[in-house]
Amino acid sequence: MLTDPMPTATAPRTADRAAPRWAARPEVRLAVLGGAVLALTAGYLLTDVPGSLGYALQKRSLTVLAMLVVATAVGVSTVVFHTVTGNRILTPSIMGFDAFYVLVSTVVVFTAGSAAFLAADPLVMWCVQVSVMVAFSLLLFRWLFGGRRRSIHLMLLVGIVLGTFFRSSSEWMQRMLDPLDFQVLSDSFFASMTRPDETLLALTAVLVVLGCLGVVPLVRTLDVLTLGEPAAVGLGVDHRRVVTALLVVVSVMIAASTALVGPVLFFGLVVANLAYSWAGSFRHVWTLPMAVLIGMVCLLGGQLVLERAFGFGGTLSTVIDFAGGLFFLYLVLRKGAR
Amino acid sequence: MIALDGVTKRYDGQPVVDDVSISLGGEGVTALIGPNGAGKSTLFGIVGRLVRPDAGRVTIDGMDVATTSSRDLATTLAVLRQDNHVAARLTVHDLVEFGRFPHSRGRLTVADRGHIDQAIDYLDLGPYRSRFLDELSGGQRQRAFIAMVLAQDTRYVLLDEPLNNLDLRHMAEIMRLLRRAADELGKRVITVLHDINFAANHADRIVAMRDGRVVADAPAREVMRSDVLAAVYDTAVDVREIDGRPVALYYS
Repeated sequence: MLTDPMPTATAPRTADRAAPRWAARPEVRLAVLGGAVLALTAGYLLTDVPGSLGYALQKRSLTVLAMLVVATAVGVSTVVFHTVTGNRILTPSIMGFDAFYVLVSTVVVFTAGSAAFLAADPLVMWCVQVSVMVAFSLLLFRWLFGGRRRSIHLMLLVGIVLGTFFRSSSEWMQRMLDPLDFQVLSDSFFASMTRPDETLLALTAVLVVLGCLGVVPLVRTLDVLTLGEPAAVGLGVDHRRVVTALLVVVSVMIAASTALVGPVLFFGLVVANLAYSWAGSFRHVWTLPMAVLIGMVCLLGGQLVLERAFGFGGTLSTVIDFAGGLFFLYLVLRKGAR
Repeated sequence: MIALDGVTKRYDGQPVVDDVSISLGGEGVTALIGPNGAGKSTLFGIVGRLVRPDAGRVTIDGMDVATTSSRDLATTLAVLRQDNHVAARLTVHDLVEFGRFPHSRGRLTVADRGHIDQAIDYLDLGPYRSRFLDELSGGQRQRAFIAMVLAQDTRYVLLDEPLNNLDLRHMAEIMRLLRRAADELGKRVITVLHDINFAANHADRIVAMRDGRVVADAPAREVMRSDVLAAVYDTAVDVREIDGRPVALYYS
């Protein structure tokens, strides 16, 4: 369909610079990315099978599912967080979530030793991680949003300070650890999607789906929130209630996915910002699925290249964080230059 | 009517709005004037439910602002704040569409589209409707925001310093627009103004605030007197009559 609802002389100049007009439509771009995800999934599942295809499929589809869960959790929560806080650089991870995850693991190893850490039921570990992280974020949000209105900038600043505090506390404890304990611990800090625990994966998937179901009815309200709090209130949005609900969803989703695969510091930032520039629309109907699909392409593509081209696995997060860190610097410097 | 009854707001024990009881929103344009820090914006914030008062009650057409749902209020009262910075890239049309949110919750009906087109036409934004906001001049952008507020189709329209950062021509243009909206569309416009001469020439009624209190509330012509303005602003103001219109001179 090429029907233009607004045939005016001054069309948006940026949209049709190089590509024909239909290629700039969000639906088309979403479909292209969806196709890419399907192709990558097929490539990952079906190529380079060492033994029985059935066995490989079973193992690999779990990995793909884990990636889908992580991409959804990180993509949706980052975009929502950006809209609610009115900025596009800081993410829950950068605010201290990941540092808190590291701290919780460190405390466990420090007090109980690596043997207990390894022996502990992953389900118990996961539940502890998720509940502690959700409790932490809700406490933070409640303290910052409850009662008198505080600025969102203060909240972000507090998050950064807390993140630094958690990181240095973890480092301090890690210094005093037995080298073997430290080895076990630092292994768990590299996000790995290749060998997910099936029970945890299912639990995380349920939480992420519930989170998405919570966001769907608010998709249009999120668009209004991009105008900022005063305008949103003027347009009849119950700002406090909506923002609190959205932040609960964000913290549950990000906590569940971090506890499943480990921290990926800059992943959300990369995915969300690419989604903003590729969606060609500010509307969350487009940016949210776009962020999820871009996340899938990054994870699947990255894993394929690492595993098949370079022959190692499990360190995808290092690559993502390296590229993501550079991208973060670029964003900060570009904003600063304005 | 917008009725304030004993409204007080303190910051750190210091009253910013001090026991204000006033009724706003009569026909036409009401201008709210006063020096910086007089409590004008806080008063607007309280009426627009952005600021919770420490004491007192605000009702809009009988609806208590503290207890009525935000959505119901948004179909009666539209508020345009001073700083309207939008992080995302929106077109004029996108922005004006938001004005229909209280009515349609984002699912536009044919009637909604009618209101949007009407608001865009009313502000002569037709040629710019698919332009991005960051591609517009200050005056055009301000008009786009006013179009959004008009598309909201409310009885009352509150504007906090709509002339900020505009040049002479655009200031006059915006004031004429507000006047027309009041006369032709029957909007009850209440606006904070710093330029008292615009208030004198375009408003029906002037409410003057100082130190959190209402110190004058009368038809524009009656407030435009040297002694009244000097007391409000604590500075010498000479009011002269030019072509039958009162003009304040404060450039001494």
